[in-house]
Amino acid sequence: MKLSESVACPDCDLLQHIPVLGPGRKAACARCGRTLVKQPTGSRDLPLALTIAAAIALIIAFTLPLMELHVVGRFASTTIPGAALQMWLSGQYLVSVLVLFCAVIAPAGYLLFMLILLLAARRSPVPHWAAEMLRWVTHIQVWSMLEVVMLGVLVALTKIAQLASVDPGIGMYGFGATILLIPAIMSNFDKREVWLRVKWRGGEPLPPAGPADDVRALR
Amino acid sequence: MTVAVVTAARAGLVSCESCHLVSRPAGTEEPGYCGRCGEKLEFRRHGSIATTWALASAAAICYIPANLLPVLNTVTPQGSDADTIMAGVIYLYTSGSWPLALMVLIASVMIPLGKLVSIAYLLISVQRGSVKSSRERTRLYRIVVIIGRWSMLDVFVDTFTVAMVQLQPLMSVQPGPGVLFFAAVVVLTMLAAESFDPRLIWDSANTYELSNA
Repeated sequence: MKLSESVACPDCDLLQHIPVLGPGRKAACARCGRTLVKQPTGSRDLPLALTIAAAIALIIAFTLPLMELHVVGRFASTTIPGAALQMWLSGQYLVSVLVLFCAVIAPAGYLLFMLILLLAARRSPVPHWAAEMLRWVTHIQVWSMLEVVMLGVLVALTKIAQLASVDPGIGMYGFGATILLIPAIMSNFDKREVWLRVKWRGGEPLPPAGPADDVRALR
Repeated sequence: MTVAVVTAARAGLVSCESCHLVSRPAGTEEPGYCGRCGEKLEFRRHGSIATTWALASAAAICYIPANLLPVLNTVTPQGSDADTIMAGVIYLYTSGSWPLALMVLIASVMIPLGKLVSIAYLLISVQRGSVKSSRERTRLYRIVVIIGRWSMLDVFVDTFTVAMVQLQPLMSVQPGPGVLFFAAVVVLTMLAAESFDPRLIWDSANTYELSNA
């Protein structure tokens, strides 16, 4: 499969040719230094395996308590969706929706779209609706902030530990696993390879449009 | 070695922001849609400078109440106690966890401020048509995009503190109005970074130094 093509740097618009890269190699923009292409090292099934694992870990993280608090005979525990709900009940509706979006909807949506996309990408040519999903994945992953949420939980735990005894719950393990797996999916998933195999919006690929004739779409 | 520049825009081509396909636009005014993925094509993000200025100014205005208004209210039978973001940092520091105090200070105070200053600098330098240190300015832009999300830290700290400490009538913590403004600062600066088009930094330059040829 030919993976060489002309691209314009997203940060400075310089037109350049991407050579065929070996596994683990990177191509950076000659003018501004932005990484244009990074060739993953793992097998093509690795992202799918990682996504399934991350989805299971995410379900654990969302349903089981993250932390448990004991103080003078009282007991309280919370989950991530539960924390957003408490914010809603306390009257901060917008903040609650934002937390729900960044900590629940965006990560869950990211994994769901990735799962569908990776299954669809096993077919060749990749169906066009999968390309649509790839676009959504790119937009939603900016707002998936689980690693920031994790740090927030740890700081909150430290603060509360001054007044009561706090223990991390089982959900915390699922949470930890998810935030390690998501970056692993990102670095092993070859977006460019999928784009090259995707069925075009208008059906057949249009004739190549480039300064040279090296912008070639694959069938 | 100095090399003449061929950008996609100068070659009459347009690069899709979503799938990065370089294609010939349908017209110079209306480039149309990407043939491969269907995204709307744009030579440069539409109204980038005005949108970014608007979002960054709104964020700068929200930054003041975000720091002055309380983010948490601790309610006990003895009365209630309001804490601002800085008070939270000082509380963490005095309770002995200075690394966490430093982390919250960086994420909630320094990063939003640094982002606002950086975005303003990028906008002014682009508007003045500066050709100097374009590489460094692009790097600054990339840093702004990457670290932006970390300023959400305080919003999550407050959310989980509120969610856990609901031990009525003994003690409860309620969110204060500052959280809303603080969340607004973070979202607005993130949107400002998204609407800024880094390619504008390079549009005034015609040549570039080939570094490691």
